[in-house]
Amino acid sequence: MIELRGLSKSFGSKQVLDGIDLTLAEGESLVVIGGSGTGKSVLLRCILGLETPDAGQIMWRGAPLAKQRDAFMQGFGMLFQNAALFDSLPIWRNVAFRLLRRMPKGQARDVAVAKLARVGLGPEVADLYPAALSGGMRKRAGLARAIADDPRVIFFDEPTTGLDPIRAAAINALIREIVDETGATAITITHDMTSVRAIGDRVALLDRGRIRWQGTVAEMDAAPDQYLQDFIAGRARLSYAGG
Amino acid sequence: MNPIRLIGRASIALTRNLGRVSIFAARGLVGVGSHPAELARQILHIGWLSLPVVGLTALFTGAALALQIHSGGARFQASDVVPAIVAIGMARELGPVLGGLMVAARVASAIAAELGTMRVTEQIDALVTLSTDPMRWLVSPRLWAAILCVPVLVGVGDVIGIMGGWLVGVNALGFNSATYIANSWAYLERWDVVSGLVKGGFFGAIVALSGCWFGMNAGNGAAGVGRATTSAVVAASVGILAANFLLTGLFFR
Repeated sequence: MIELRGLSKSFGSKQVLDGIDLTLAEGESLVVIGGSGTGKSVLLRCILGLETPDAGQIMWRGAPLAKQRDAFMQGFGMLFQNAALFDSLPIWRNVAFRLLRRMPKGQARDVAVAKLARVGLGPEVADLYPAALSGGMRKRAGLARAIADDPRVIFFDEPTTGLDPIRAAAINALIREIVDETGATAITITHDMTSVRAIGDRVALLDRGRIRWQGTVAEMDAAPDQYLQDFIAGRARLSYAGG
Repeated sequence: MNPIRLIGRASIALTRNLGRVSIFAARGLVGVGSHPAELARQILHIGWLSLPVVGLTALFTGAALALQIHSGGARFQASDVVPAIVAIGMARELGPVLGGLMVAARVASAIAAELGTMRVTEQIDALVTLSTDPMRWLVSPRLWAAILCVPVLVGVGDVIGIMGGWLVGVNALGFNSATYIANSWAYLERWDVVSGLVKGGFFGAIVALSGCWFGMNAGNGAAGVGRATTSAVVAASVGILAANFLLTGLFFR
């Protein structure tokens, strides 16, 4: 469904992505892991068209994504690292942002309240503004916005960052449920191994702009790659300090 | 470094930035009508909520102007020109310039801070993922609201400024109320007022453009938003004064 071919991107002299090849099947949940500054976010931004790759191609359903960006975006949802809710709008308007373009206000509000309920938020949250919500509630509201229009592709950017372990586990479980329920194709970027096991079907390890290892979650623990094993175990070595 | 190379590099950077700002402004202007509810909200924020500050500025400016002209005019027995000069001065110059500067201080900073915060908290990226063009959603309504509202603010400011002069003239300088008002209108020409309103439209564009440009291009973190806000106010203020000089030359030479 989504295919990256030789994707490269540099900022000045820093090569952030260096010939990424990655294929994602319809309905698959891929988790991209890697240390800080290894290009995970840039990878997502390139797919979204927020950054222009220096080289390589991004294909969607067999054709270049750049030529069908509007169609891709119509069926797309994203949970941002800090939810990125619009401060000036109440929560229900955030969730119904896309819906308000094609349905009456009352109907859009009903859908928004239903989606909020799906992520565990009550109707009393609908009229609050994002500043009144805790970090965990904002993530849930962000997730409700991402799934509001039943997208076919969903990206999750560091979904558990800043959450305590219990709330992180709840968000992980919720994401997995939603991906299973909707059959959406998902890409998650994270360095939280609990998220990897909870959300992913397949894992790709990004290191210095390249895919260093990829395989299923089940294969991950037995993989011979030393860096991957260190990453899973959270083992530090002196040679990693600079990265 | 070779000074010629330095000048060349600076010229290229200046031209490049001018080009970028021009394209940005054009994209903002063509997006009119995309989001009417957002335009209405911005008209409220930029226009209606700026009325008190513009009104107070105009009131005190008109009052001070009357005192200055009366005291200065007394040196050559021309104190009687106070009503006419206050009216012409407010309509042609002080109304649009001071009104524009007050809107710059209030609005350019608010726009830059709001859009800058949206930039660093990924809200602008979120708009893109929701199939919404940030230029049409964020920039166009602010740009058009300022272009439409600042002339109205200038017009209101002119009236309040003339009223400030009248208050001082009648209560402190011994003018007859009816004579003061009659003299204010007698020497005021339509073009004096219209030129000020046209200036207001340009100043509104400069204010909103500065706020939007620096906000949308804010750097990372709180420091980036702070820099964007400062730059927006400085650029808008200097832009207004420079544009005022050019427009005054164009209108009254």
